[in-house]
Amino acid sequence: MTAPAAPAAHIHRPTRPPGALVIEIEGVTKLYKMGAEIIHALRGVQLTIRRNEYLAIMGPSGSGKSTLMNMLGCLDTPTDGRYDFNGKNVAHMVDDELAEIRNREIGFVFQTFNLLPRSDALHNVELPLIYAGMSPSARRERALAALSNVGLADRIHHKPNELSGGQRQRVAIARALVNNPSIILADEPTGNLDSKTGEEIMALFEQLYDQGQTIIVVTHEEDIARHARRIVRLRDGLIESDARVH
Amino acid sequence: MLLNEILRMAFASLGVNKLRSFLTMSGITIGVFSVIGVMTTVSAMRGSIETGLSFLGSNMFQIGKYPTGPTTDGASRRRIESRRNITFAEAQRYQQLMESATDVVCLKVFNRDGPVQATYGNRKTEPGLSFGGTNEHFLAANQYGVELGRNFTAEDVDLGRPIIIIGQDVRKKLFPAETPLGKLIKVGGRAYTIIGVFAEKGTNFGQSQDDILMVPITRFLSDFGAARFSINIATQAPSQERYNETLDKGITAMRIVRGLKSDEDNDFEIYSNDSLIAAFAKVADAVRAGALVISGIALLAASVGIMNIMLVSVTERTKEIGIRKSIGARRISILIQFLIEAIVLSLTGGLVGILFGVLAGNGLAMWMKASIVFPWDWAGIGLLVCTAIGVGAGLYPALKAARLDPIESLRYE
Repeated sequence: MTAPAAPAAHIHRPTRPPGALVIEIEGVTKLYKMGAEIIHALRGVQLTIRRNEYLAIMGPSGSGKSTLMNMLGCLDTPTDGRYDFNGKNVAHMVDDELAEIRNREIGFVFQTFNLLPRSDALHNVELPLIYAGMSPSARRERALAALSNVGLADRIHHKPNELSGGQRQRVAIARALVNNPSIILADEPTGNLDSKTGEEIMALFEQLYDQGQTIIVVTHEEDIARHARRIVRLRDGLIESDARVH
Repeated sequence: MLLNEILRMAFASLGVNKLRSFLTMSGITIGVFSVIGVMTTVSAMRGSIETGLSFLGSNMFQIGKYPTGPTTDGASRRRIESRRNITFAEAQRYQQLMESATDVVCLKVFNRDGPVQATYGNRKTEPGLSFGGTNEHFLAANQYGVELGRNFTAEDVDLGRPIIIIGQDVRKKLFPAETPLGKLIKVGGRAYTIIGVFAEKGTNFGQSQDDILMVPITRFLSDFGAARFSINIATQAPSQERYNETLDKGITAMRIVRGLKSDEDNDFEIYSNDSLIAAFAKVADAVRAGALVISGIALLAASVGIMNIMLVSVTERTKEIGIRKSIGARRISILIQFLIEAIVLSLTGGLVGILFGVLAGNGLAMWMKASIVFPWDWAGIGLLVCTAIGVGAGLYPALKAARLDPIESLRYE
């Protein structure tokens, strides 16, 4: 195992002062039933995330990393424990309430981009705003701004299959940004990209962080995690370490 | 979310599987087509039958041996066949009995010996003319007019003069350039002198009403054999108010003439414009009921097809549903999206079915010389039914889509 050299850009990178509390998780557990077997995916996790943090969540498979991400992304609720999002208890919310939190507060970036294949970039980016009930002219303006923020102002009418992998991930990032969410939650955002394109995407995250976004990256790659300012490591459903990176 | 957004999405995703959408829709199209086609034809025909069947003058009823509508069973057919003919003597007796009640009693009888042709010199008409005998009330009773010459008189009938009134078709054929009045024409091997020409009446169900030849009924019976014919008697009430009274008197008079005892049923039929229209309506209702049953079955099968394709679509698009949910689509948004897709499928199929049904129905109606109609009521019902089918067939798949777990569906490949 050779530790790859950190990119030069990271040597003097500034850490912005964290802001107000966004996520507060306390004693969160998650149980799954797999037939007769009960799986303890999370065994009592404690985690707080503040505005304008740049956080990486790491862990081997089976560590509860994906479960924690689903929980943070309000796609799932804990079996037990407290989860406050912007001061709101989301642990006992029902589907539609969670959908509203996801729509307004969370921007997802997935490994496989998860764009609607038959819609062009603009419509993909507009989609969260459509579900938020925004008027056509306002959401078009917002979507165009988000797309130009990720450098795709000239690709708005391209469909995903007419875009490169890096461009697709940029569209996905624009979609995640467009609702001005409290957190960007990225799940292995460079997993389907070559390393050069991956670095470009990570540079974009750096830029968003500088603009004041709160970013959570879930990854198993040390290279990627090193871009963050804080790394949380999971093992067997518990937080093994939670450390600042300098 | 706005409805036009959902509609746009629905059309976009239906457009992806064009062939599949088309095939699914065609089931609905066929079902709606059959019912709208039949309803359009029936409506168009009814319009023309209600005007066409009014061949009897106003406030009239007719008495004859045979009913006008279809005779449904063998027993009643045999009963009618075994009736005695209404003889000329009986008809005259009836006329006498009715003298106090009305002035207009038209007797008539039509040829039953195959196609009739009229000849004048070396000119001849096509075979297939309506040829019969009647009295001076034929014009009033059957809404004909005399354009040239004169009508029969009571004297013509009493004396059985060998004279004839011809229709416009006959005149055009035999006398294209000269006056027909006073000319001798041959019909059925007999010679008659033309005394008048009927005014043009046009066609009814594609059948010309101007290929007609009428002679005095007495002449007709003596020329062609009185015993073989049963007389039809049309009676006109003096006014609308006295129609029922006149009808009662007519029935009584006819029972006397026929020598019926008080416990015997009428051995003759009485019909009016209303009863003719009612007879048609009965047939039309049966046709409609049949069309409804058949198209109901077709639509049921089509709605199973829609539900099936929607279930396939939900499974195929599990990932899409996961994506939509992850970025904040609520259950109701997903539900409505899939429901609208099913409704669009069904309604589009229905609209195409209505279009073709109306075209085909009117085509058929025009072929039968009926006027064009647009069955708004049935088109409206058709659209409502299609919407209901869309909702009915789409609800379960849409609920299934709305209830998908976002994590599971995002993982679906």
